[in-house]
Amino acid sequence: MTEIRAEMVANVWKVVAAAGEQVRDGDTLVILESMKMEIPVLAEGDGILTNLAVAEGDVVQEGDLIAVIG
Amino acid sequence: MLESVLVANRGEIARRVIKTVRRMGIRAIAVYSEADAELPFVREADEAVLLGPAAPARSYLDIEAVIGAARQTRARAVHPGYGFLAENPSFAARVIAEGLAWVGPPPAAIQQMGDKISARNLMERAGLPVAAGSRAPVTDASAAVAEAERLGYPVMVKAAGGGGGIGMSAAADAAELRAAFETARSRAERFFGNPAILLERYIGRARHVEIQILGLADGSVVALGERDCSAQRRHQKVAEETPSPGLAAGLRDAMLAAAVRAGQAVGYRGAGTVECLVDTAAQDFVFLEMNTRLQVEHPVTELVTGIDLVEQQLLIAAGLAVTFDPGAVALNGHAIELRVYAEDPRRFLPSPGKIISWNEPSGPGIRVDAGYAAGNEVTTFYDPLLAKLCVHGGSREAAIARAREAVAAFVITGPKTNLPFLAELLASREFASGDYDTSVIARLRPGMG
Repeated sequence: MTEIRAEMVANVWKVVAAAGEQVRDGDTLVILESMKMEIPVLAEGDGILTNLAVAEGDVVQEGDLIAVIG
Repeated sequence: MLESVLVANRGEIARRVIKTVRRMGIRAIAVYSEADAELPFVREADEAVLLGPAAPARSYLDIEAVIGAARQTRARAVHPGYGFLAENPSFAARVIAEGLAWVGPPPAAIQQMGDKISARNLMERAGLPVAAGSRAPVTDASAAVAEAERLGYPVMVKAAGGGGGIGMSAAADAAELRAAFETARSRAERFFGNPAILLERYIGRARHVEIQILGLADGSVVALGERDCSAQRRHQKVAEETPSPGLAAGLRDAMLAAAVRAGQAVGYRGAGTVECLVDTAAQDFVFLEMNTRLQVEHPVTELVTGIDLVEQQLLIAAGLAVTFDPGAVALNGHAIELRVYAEDPRRFLPSPGKIISWNEPSGPGIRVDAGYAAGNEVTTFYDPLLAKLCVHGGSREAAIARAREAVAAFVITGPKTNLPFLAELLASREFASGDYDTSVIARLRPGMG
């Protein structure tokens, strides 16, 4: 199981993947936005996206859980 | 002269404009969002009006809110700074329709230069060299591939209505181009509300050199030297200097003359910048775009010319003569600007947060244009520029030595900053040699630039 966490304070601009989906290493799961920059959050390994913890418009703090790949 | 000026911007540029406005004895009016209430520019204005919430669309981009603030404070002029509404021709026209002085070029010039495709076509007609590229917007990925085959790879993909490097990327083949096209189109729509895309032939080893022009109240156009802005990450500038260490005298003269022609072709008034790409091997240049406003990096020009560009903008907007002799502009020494960003110095990722302490360098040949102070919160809503550290020296070597000391003396705690990276850039052999191009940062940080 891999937990993917936010590296910085940011707004969730786009949720690209959906919970339950099969994802591959490097796939874009979510796109964050901070200070006029888009920051893609990528899958760290292959697997099923068992949890997607954010929705578009959310604000995430550094260390917040974004997704879990099982 | 103008009795009052409303500064429709925030952060360091609002503060910098307010400083000159007040020095000239003019009433300075700030506007601000809820997120910026504590920033220095709000305190330093004679009056300040809250526009609305932090989101730019509900504050700094809200034309009605800005015009409302101008009416409420009986402002006589509007200075837009850079970004936000600075290059919005409808806003400029609205300011003029309200009977206020617009501190910028005529709306028609903004319009003509705002679309990169029409600007390129217009400049080509005015006799400026342009890169091989689209003469009309490219509407889908297949059309982009066809256009790239005509131009030859690699190509640069850009948002026609864009700026700030947003949505811009290079593509070496059709697969890369399809991906680059989709990215550019989605960002173009989102950031600029205009999905038009253009392609240009990509120039490999290039320098980004721009010319500062001023269109005077009498209709003449003068060039105030160049700025080399080749040190970029993600197509956004990090360090700028003047004079450019990469131009032979003949090429410089040709570029200054071309920039004056560009300004004349659109009836330019006020401060503007003609951006060019210089092919370092061939020692020739092409027109890239024109920015119809004050540029972020304008201080380096001020340091070598001794001319306050904001003062000239205000005089021109009032229909008055400038403070210097346009026929006798002397450039003295060398100036460098370093952009201090709230971002981590390894990967250049944004780093918002509260500023715990702020100690900036000072002394002869050092100028700091800062938007923040200790205790301020750097939010996620705006760009990461904290301050511009500018230095002036008798030679490039002297300026670099001064810059190294100034960077070492600049201490900000709280958000991460790129100051350690700026120290690395100044210490790098490539930057120090002067023989660098737009890939210099990518070479220092492979995969991050």
